[in-house]
Amino acid sequence: MDGGIMTQNSYSIRRVKQNLQEKENACAYIINMHKVCRCTQYRLGGMVLPTFKEWIEKTFGASLEHKTTSRASLNVNDVPPSIVNEEFLQDLRATNISYSQDAEDRVFRAHGHCLHEIFVLREGMFKRIPDIVVWPVCHEDVVKIVELACKHNLCIIPFGGGTSVSSALECPEEEKRTIVSLDTSQMNRILWIDEKNLTACVEAGIVGQDLEKQLGESGFCTGHEPDSMEFSSLGGWVATRASGMKKNIYGNIEDLVIHIKMVTPRGIVEKNCQVPRMSTGPDIHHFIMGSEGTLGVVTEVTIKIRPLPEYQKYGSVVFPNFERGVACLREVAKQRCAPASIRLVDNAQFQFGHALKPQVASIFTSFLDGLKKFYITKFKGFDPNILCVATLLFEGDREKVLQHEKQVYDIATKFGGLAAGEDNGQRGYMLTFVIAYIRDLGLDYYVIGESFETSVPWDRVLDLCRNVKERIVRECKEKGVQFAPFSTCRVTQTYDAGACVYFYFAFNYRGISDPIHVYEEIERAAREEILANGGSLSHHHGVGKLRKRWMKESISDVGLGMLRSVKEYVDPSNIFGNKNLL
Amino acid sequence: MAAAAAVPGRARRGTPMYSKELTSKKRDEFEDILEERRLSSDLRYAMKCYTPVIYKGLSPCKPNAIKTAVLQSEQVQYVIKQLAKEMGESPDIIQEEATEILDEMGHSMQLGAVRFFAFTLSKIFKQLFQRVCVNEEGMQRLQHAIQEHPVVLLPSHRSYVDFLMLSYLLYTYDLALPVIAAGIDFLGMKIVGELLRRAGAFFMRRSFGGNRLYWAVFAEYVKTMLRNGYAPIEFFLEGTRSRTAKTLTPKFGLLSIVMEPFFKREVFDTYLVPISISYERILEESLYAYELLGVPKPKESTSGLLKARRILSDNFGTIHIYVGQPVSLRTLASGRINLCPYNLVPRHLPQKPSEDIQEFVSDVAYKMELLQIENMVLSPWVLVAAVLLQNLPAMDFELLIEKTLWLKGLTQTFGGFIEWPDNLCAKKAVMSALALHSNIARLVNGHVVLNDKGEEDGAVGEIVFKRALAILMCGTYRNQLLNVFVRPSLVALALQMTRSFRKEEVYSCFSILRDVFSDEFIFFPGISLKDFEEGCFLLTKCDAIQTTQQEIYPTDKGSVIVSFLSAMFRPFVEGYQLIFRYLSKETKEAFTEKQFVPGVRNFVFQLLEKGNTQCYEALSSDMQKNALAALVQLGAVKKKKMSNGFTYNVNQEAVNKILDVFDARIPVQKPVAARL
Repeated sequence: MDGGIMTQNSYSIRRVKQNLQEKENACAYIINMHKVCRCTQYRLGGMVLPTFKEWIEKTFGASLEHKTTSRASLNVNDVPPSIVNEEFLQDLRATNISYSQDAEDRVFRAHGHCLHEIFVLREGMFKRIPDIVVWPVCHEDVVKIVELACKHNLCIIPFGGGTSVSSALECPEEEKRTIVSLDTSQMNRILWIDEKNLTACVEAGIVGQDLEKQLGESGFCTGHEPDSMEFSSLGGWVATRASGMKKNIYGNIEDLVIHIKMVTPRGIVEKNCQVPRMSTGPDIHHFIMGSEGTLGVVTEVTIKIRPLPEYQKYGSVVFPNFERGVACLREVAKQRCAPASIRLVDNAQFQFGHALKPQVASIFTSFLDGLKKFYITKFKGFDPNILCVATLLFEGDREKVLQHEKQVYDIATKFGGLAAGEDNGQRGYMLTFVIAYIRDLGLDYYVIGESFETSVPWDRVLDLCRNVKERIVRECKEKGVQFAPFSTCRVTQTYDAGACVYFYFAFNYRGISDPIHVYEEIERAAREEILANGGSLSHHHGVGKLRKRWMKESISDVGLGMLRSVKEYVDPSNIFGNKNLL
Repeated sequence: MAAAAAVPGRARRGTPMYSKELTSKKRDEFEDILEERRLSSDLRYAMKCYTPVIYKGLSPCKPNAIKTAVLQSEQVQYVIKQLAKEMGESPDIIQEEATEILDEMGHSMQLGAVRFFAFTLSKIFKQLFQRVCVNEEGMQRLQHAIQEHPVVLLPSHRSYVDFLMLSYLLYTYDLALPVIAAGIDFLGMKIVGELLRRAGAFFMRRSFGGNRLYWAVFAEYVKTMLRNGYAPIEFFLEGTRSRTAKTLTPKFGLLSIVMEPFFKREVFDTYLVPISISYERILEESLYAYELLGVPKPKESTSGLLKARRILSDNFGTIHIYVGQPVSLRTLASGRINLCPYNLVPRHLPQKPSEDIQEFVSDVAYKMELLQIENMVLSPWVLVAAVLLQNLPAMDFELLIEKTLWLKGLTQTFGGFIEWPDNLCAKKAVMSALALHSNIARLVNGHVVLNDKGEEDGAVGEIVFKRALAILMCGTYRNQLLNVFVRPSLVALALQMTRSFRKEEVYSCFSILRDVFSDEFIFFPGISLKDFEEGCFLLTKCDAIQTTQQEIYPTDKGSVIVSFLSAMFRPFVEGYQLIFRYLSKETKEAFTEKQFVPGVRNFVFQLLEKGNTQCYEALSSDMQKNALAALVQLGAVKKKKMSNGFTYNVNQEAVNKILDVFDARIPVQKPVAARL
């Protein structure tokens, strides 16, 4: 669910490679502040958003007259020079692997999608960026590159979809060696599909969307759908311990992976068979998953596949308040009947979603909307400033879906929930994709924002949500933010023992001299609040460099030592020197 | 990042504010709330429309609903199940017991009772007191705090009037009435106990350390009210009324209960509000003095209360209530405590607080008491008492006025909060103070003398007793100065005792005195050096001493101040000497506190009768108990828990060593780590 997507209004244009055209289409998305969306990809395309402007002004105190402008294009003179030793270049040429020392290519791979990175892109320049970008096309290419890196003592930073939100792609400033950005995007083939065992072997550079599309042609899917799936890659999922929206049916990445092949400076790490489970000491996959590019490059992954679901249905439930909503989700988790996805958004996010509601086509639908609103707020007595909404996605064969749906709605009724229709559900899911674009748009209007996530035991969900939001509001006030921030959360995944909670936070930074610094301090305070409330450092975004300082308290000294000793054995010269995690 | 975490706890402590910051501190103005009462109808006031501001996150509920919630809470249910398993009883029986505990404990606040109190208290207070002065800004701050987060009111405790007055005040200002932790003894009073219950008092047994069920029910009861934001919770850090008007060392139990919801992040924050209630004349002054001398305190009873009616005809002067700045627990805890232990155990399980939590609770308790002390109002009489006690048996009136005025200046230099009534001239102020306290001292032929005469032909013992009574009563007022004066005075004392000017030696003596008096006065734990520096700073500020890198000298002018300050604390030094002497000579076997207090009292009494000492204050059971507690803390007395309470064993050698320091026979040893 990395917030990542390419920033259209930044200058970075991906170097033209085979499948670029498709990507460009995916990114062609602009919200025009005259309330019209020219996006065709999401269902908002071409519709008028009558209430969005009002919402923005009310929530952020942002005025559409106050606009910042980002640079139109990259100033090549600002870019740190590429320093690559000639002997290495000669060796590299001999391998026939394509590479580039072009400034734009290098800058593009110097960052992920953290707010501060986007800000640097708009207004400044990174202190350190890769010196060279290489595009291996297969496992063997990667082996060659890693060998060369060892030979010439270079630093490799693997690059997949570039959607990191943990500063994982940032180059360590103090790195003196040549930094090679290893872009896996050309390793994007499905090598084979095994229908008997329902597995597929796929090269790690494939992007989620392409993977699902190509598998779909054979009638299959992986079902792994992180919010970033338009851009993020299979290798990236493995390297960060990714989680997908529909994990209730398909599982998270650790449940999906059957086999991993990884190239390390020590050699290749893999298993001797592709089996559902084995008892051969600690699972080496778990050293790889979440290693965040510090040990090697994942080149090929065998992943579970499923036949495409016959039927999909969205749904939504309105609850009188957040407490009741959480209680309902807890009960659903307890009965282990969670649909493919079940999410609960708080009131602020519900109102945000409401602001994105398109202008309706006819008087009749508008009348119906009014009637619904009347029923919920007046007849049922829900306070529109307190109520919250759960969005649902059911998947499977039709009959079972309908059965399942009834079960879930019955539980919801016990907690005061009212079914609120398919449309609301669908728009809820759309929102999570759109929100990242909206962040980039907000930057033009002095609004900065970011999302972060955590996992937390059930009994602490409410306290954590309330405290973290309150902490954000408080910190903003203390740091001189003039307008109350937009601080909202949703319970986005349910488990037996707890939930994953996702926060959005944005504020209007007019009048603040160093908004990024203020933002980072607030984000840090929010993270400390999460930890103090018994939440985890991260559910699926990973640690990167952004959250490193809390690793010790998260996994203890000894735990950290265990990870370090693996790193020391696998990569003694720190070839994979992105300095993440440890 | 690792380095930051490794800094030892002490260095990070939120130490109290000291005078350097204090001198510029401006305090709020006072308003007299009785003035309005004297002008308009009490009945109408009692029946006024009362719509208090409440906590923003409040989920309104009735007192009974709270009880049910407590009974059904995971916390209480867990303990019930545990006990049932251990004792082989049915959980129902234990649940029944828990219900009884709750019924005994729980308040049942009703507006009717509140209005009844509002009416009667108006009548009574107007009779008893000239003025009840409140800092209105403090009330406004409190009003904001109540809306924002759960609030804990921490008033000082000098009198039963404290909690009545505070509720009365909150009612007057249309604030949510507090629920008050009261001693179970009140329930012994017919009707009154139930009335208090309806006015928001809940009752706790005096000691219930061993009773897990009681503890669980009580803690959950308090925490439920706090979490719901039901009402501000009020209790006394000192645990009981201070019989000496000197702040008692804090009790930690209730404080740690109200802090727990924050540690467990069940609430975002909790406000702690120190409240200083100062009495120009304490209602119970003579009762206290009798009690300190071993005449037992009368049991709370309604008939006793009715008998006390006669005090209604007496005048008790002015009360000052200073509502301090609400202190955010979150701010206090920031960066101080590791919450990991709370993350790894389900929150409803009873859990012994970790050492750093315990240390933190203790620090907060002391900090709150220091804040109370800081805003205690000192009346002219307090100064008069302090001067008078150094000039017994009689003092020239003019000299008394002169000295009082001089002490006023000194007190203000030390950060004391003096309210001089209506800018009266010194003479009038002293006269009116004497008039108010005519039971203690009076003017005879241009001299001020204590009222220490018993029946003319009394026995020697009778005379000693009467005199002790007068001195202890007078001491009660002087005592109100002590915590303001303690740091510079201990430096002054140390200067005199060491007979040396070397800073190192003076500090070493200071730090021993500070340890010995740790139960007598309020010191923030673990900052001996800072206290010393503070003392030196204040003495320098009033030109009493000069300091160099290595040495401390009293100035010529300063010798008056130095000797006044040490004389002020002399009764404690001498009193402790007597008590130590008793312990080192007279006790060979283990003893209990019940044996100790009468034992040492007789010992001192005999010395007084023979005229071998003039230290009447050593008769105070408060001083005796404090001295014993200090010795226990210093390891000179071993305290052992027995089935029927505690017993004590004296380590003669260790006590003698401390005694030697007091007798100033040998030079004080250098402490190992005096960083000077």
